[in-house]
Amino acid sequence: MSTDNWSPYILTFVTFAPLLGALLLMVFPRRDRDIRIFALVFTLLTFLLSLHLPVHFHRSLAGFQYEIDRGWISTPNIHYHMGVDGISLWLVVLTTFLTPLCVLISWHSVHDRVKEFFILLLVMETALIGVFTSLDLFLFYFFWEATLIPMALLIGVFGHERKVYAAVKFFMYTMIASVFMLAAILWLYAHTGSFDFVLIRDQIARGGVPNFPAAAQWLFLGFFLAFAVKVPLFPFHTWLPDAHVEAPTAGSVLLAGVLLKMGTYGMLRFNVGLFPEQARRNAPWIMVLALIGIIYGALVAMVQPNMKKLIAYSSVSHLGFVVLGIFSFTQAGLNGAMFVMLAHGVSTGGLFMLAGILHERRHTYEISEFGGLASPMPIYAASYLFIVLASVGLPLLNGFIGEFLVLSGAFQAKPIYGVLAATGVIWSACYLLWMYQRVFFGQVTHDVNNSLHDLFAVEKAAVWPCAVAALVMGVAPILWLGAIDPATQAVLQPFAQVVGKVVGQ
Amino acid sequence: MTPNLNLWLIPILPLAGAAINGFFGKKSSRTAVTTIGLVFPGAAFAWALLVAWRFSSISLPYQEYIAHWIRSGSFSADFALYLDQLSLVMLLVVTAVGFLIHIYSVGYMWDDPGYYRFFSYLNLFMFFMLTLVLANNYLLMFIGWEGVGLASYLLIGFWFTKDSAASAGKKAFIVNRIGDFGFLIGLFLLIQHFGSLNFTQVFAQVQPLAPETAGAGLLTAIGILLMVGACGKSAQIPLYVWLPDAMEGPTPVSALIHAATMVTAGVYMVSRSHMIFERAPMALTVVAVIGTLTALFAATIGVTQTDIKKVLAYSTVSQLGYMFMACGVGAFSAGIFHLMTHAFFKGLLFLAAGSVIHAVGGEQDMRKMGGLKTYIPITFTTMLIATLAISGIPPLAGFWSKDEILWKAYQASWAYWLIGAVTALITSFYMFRLLFMTFWGDYKGIQVDDHGQAHSTHGHGDHSHGAPHESPMVMLVPLMILAALSLIGGFVGYHNGFEHFLAPVFGAEFPRSMTEGSGSTELLLMGISVLFSFAGLILAYILYVSKPELPQKIADALNGFYQAVLNKYYVDELYAKLFVKPVVDASTNILWQGVDRKVIDDSVNNTADSARQVSDEVRHMQSGNLRSYAGWIAAGSALVIAYMIWMGVR
Repeated sequence: MSTDNWSPYILTFVTFAPLLGALLLMVFPRRDRDIRIFALVFTLLTFLLSLHLPVHFHRSLAGFQYEIDRGWISTPNIHYHMGVDGISLWLVVLTTFLTPLCVLISWHSVHDRVKEFFILLLVMETALIGVFTSLDLFLFYFFWEATLIPMALLIGVFGHERKVYAAVKFFMYTMIASVFMLAAILWLYAHTGSFDFVLIRDQIARGGVPNFPAAAQWLFLGFFLAFAVKVPLFPFHTWLPDAHVEAPTAGSVLLAGVLLKMGTYGMLRFNVGLFPEQARRNAPWIMVLALIGIIYGALVAMVQPNMKKLIAYSSVSHLGFVVLGIFSFTQAGLNGAMFVMLAHGVSTGGLFMLAGILHERRHTYEISEFGGLASPMPIYAASYLFIVLASVGLPLLNGFIGEFLVLSGAFQAKPIYGVLAATGVIWSACYLLWMYQRVFFGQVTHDVNNSLHDLFAVEKAAVWPCAVAALVMGVAPILWLGAIDPATQAVLQPFAQVVGKVVGQ
Repeated sequence: MTPNLNLWLIPILPLAGAAINGFFGKKSSRTAVTTIGLVFPGAAFAWALLVAWRFSSISLPYQEYIAHWIRSGSFSADFALYLDQLSLVMLLVVTAVGFLIHIYSVGYMWDDPGYYRFFSYLNLFMFFMLTLVLANNYLLMFIGWEGVGLASYLLIGFWFTKDSAASAGKKAFIVNRIGDFGFLIGLFLLIQHFGSLNFTQVFAQVQPLAPETAGAGLLTAIGILLMVGACGKSAQIPLYVWLPDAMEGPTPVSALIHAATMVTAGVYMVSRSHMIFERAPMALTVVAVIGTLTALFAATIGVTQTDIKKVLAYSTVSQLGYMFMACGVGAFSAGIFHLMTHAFFKGLLFLAAGSVIHAVGGEQDMRKMGGLKTYIPITFTTMLIATLAISGIPPLAGFWSKDEILWKAYQASWAYWLIGAVTALITSFYMFRLLFMTFWGDYKGIQVDDHGQAHSTHGHGDHSHGAPHESPMVMLVPLMILAALSLIGGFVGYHNGFEHFLAPVFGAEFPRSMTEGSGSTELLLMGISVLFSFAGLILAYILYVSKPELPQKIADALNGFYQAVLNKYYVDELYAKLFVKPVVDASTNILWQGVDRKVIDDSVNNTADSARQVSDEVRHMQSGNLRSYAGWIAAGSALVIAYMIWMGVR
């Protein structure tokens, strides 16, 4: 079969296609319009290419597919090992789906250093995909850190007023936390002689790693800290609102849409995958932090006077659901966590684009500057409402599926967690609908808003795919869950054994 | 052999109508919008009739699988429909009353600039409501459940430039979400213990369970949580506060969503879950007590309101209380019976009120009406019929269903009956008060030749008003049909016919009912409650027709109490003080400014600052220049690699 010949290389193509685009852009003449078109075409092609992955994915299988494992550097023993399972598959597609939309939403809003902007965006995409496809810890760490530079530059160069402060805060915060993960990775290498995820996982499971029991808790925490800052889990979240408010729209979309998921993905892949025993032991306090994040993030979001900060804090709340789902160690919780990651990427990505559209017209995110916008901008208002409803978790849209599964899983794990987290359905309605009312309903209070232009074609092209995706994911979640379910089942395998031992079977 | 009924068409048709009008309605003519807006729900109604026609040839319950929806581990929820006698009744009520109100809306909303939007939303509502009614599992029902909430949000806030309308829509959604929170937890319990949300599978596992008479158990918990959801959707204490505000929406919306159909979803859901409630006596008691108290409480508020729609809104809350009272005493079929008759007469009352408002150029204050019976005789006649029906005057529809409820309530406890009967008296009083204030006496409104105000706030009234005028036929015909249903709709309850029809769903009546001599007791109670109804009527006549100066005197005499009732017992204010303000204040001052800024962020920045001081020597590293950071990363990576090579060599 021709697809089999392709299979080992497809991940390499998908991962590095954007980087190739970035390299080509470097030698591209500074004709801004052509640069935009080139970036759009290249990111769209990458998206189409990445669709190969779900189309030819064997859904019933739990393990890694499209694997490629070549020796890269012999000392130290670093492999070029890539592969995706049902967990990382959709995160790759989410990345390739959002990037063309980022190009579109930056069409008019980026005027200066257009070339550099799109180069950074494309480098960013490669780094993000690499994080999800790497199965070698060194490779993973390389991509992990590689995401920092383009993102920090996107914020620091193309951002708003306090961009440098925000960029430095973002960079230092996540960089410092990552050092602990690096230490953990090096310990593992020193004791197993390999960076290979699968190898290390199996060796740990067999009990074949010397001194592991003594170090396990520290290793777990090393990884966890890096991921928790990235998610961000309460109380490590304060870099996020600053970064978002200053970031250009495309930066925010990728930051909220994909970059935060690196943290939750990491927790699921490494914290739970490598250290199931420690994950189980540490779950109670992690779940408490997740719960605090859900409620605290929502409450703080509710009182934000700045639209972008409001969305940023809502991300803290939503990502709390993901962490809660993961550490519930139930099938529903894990599936739900995965689904929330994807749904949040689509709907919050959409929300940030919509906020950016407003900023471009008025150069402010202050909610009080708006009011009554549904009259001058009806299509914008309708699109915004649709995405808001997706984010609120209205059934038949994507937010509901994930939230429902996570809550159901958390409830099975510990009813009180499920009950407390379920208050999130009330809070999300409060902060989003209140914000929506203040921006769109009533009379127009600022004259300047009367003449605001409704959505431009390029903006429709950026926002509407998110709306369509939100609907499709809500109506036919089975398309995604079909691949996710076996993978999460495999993750839960060690836990099922633990339970089996306890029950005495 | 059961034929394939293609039930899926019934919800899908209005969805198609909503989509077509939503996407293309803005640029279409009003005629085109009307055609789309009526044909699709009309076709759904026709299909429902066809289903009813073939009903006897179907083996029930009939199930129709459409597609997978959610699969996660062993849990699944599908798009699949369920038809039994209960859902058939709901199906017919929703499509019939819904279709009539669609027709009425053509006249009522014709001049509104958002005409296409209105029909799109109304059709969308039908889709969700029919999904709710036809679902074969709780999760699909929940789609409809939240979906009708969305439609309600959109339609309450239809005139979104009005702040009060926008706030009312938001309030409705959020209060409903509080109820949904309970509903969801109930669903989690069901999943945890029965592994499914499918009605058939859940109830099959519930059936063999013994009633939890000894104490509260699982089923009691599930029942109470489901009731929390029902309290939100069906506006019961303590979550009823959104419904009176919902009157900000156009009047056809109040008729369809906030009287006839959506608000009864809670009653339907509780009845659908009767298998659970019957085994949880304590949960049933909760339902009965909440229903009974709400019935009385809301009725008293209705007495003091002067906005014609607000009176009807509190009346709806009160009547829904009756339905829950019925469910709570185990008389589910009586509850559904009242749900049906209420859909007829309350839908009619709202539509007629809309016709009145239309006649007087958008005025809703009854004190500025009066004497309208000569101006708008058809509206008056239909409203009179509806008022007689809701007041429980025999032989109109409301009499039958209310009497059924009161009789069943009496068998559970005389207290339910007494409160129910007193509520009936109050109901009759405030309804005839409404009728007398509006139609008797002299017209006190302005001669509506300058109606600009009314036009902008209520979106209709292009006519040059000299005096109040009758509505067009497109509005009157639905009134007449509903009036006919309000007149004769109760006869399906004759000889317990309705109960027998629903018996396959709810099972045989509780055994305690037919004791010796109960026939005469039933007649006696019936006589008393009819007397009460007439008493209310006469009282209203004395106060508002023969001695119109009396109400003010009474109000003055009871000043404190009157003020409390007039201000709806200050419940909204209480909630604002108790919940809304503390949460907003605490979130702003403690969480955001306090924890987030002072505690977390300052400590992060301080750590960074002190680190900077300590590392004064190597300050050039922290230049704030990203390129130099990138350089440091490169250097760091080199170090790491060197370390690893060294490890590898060793």
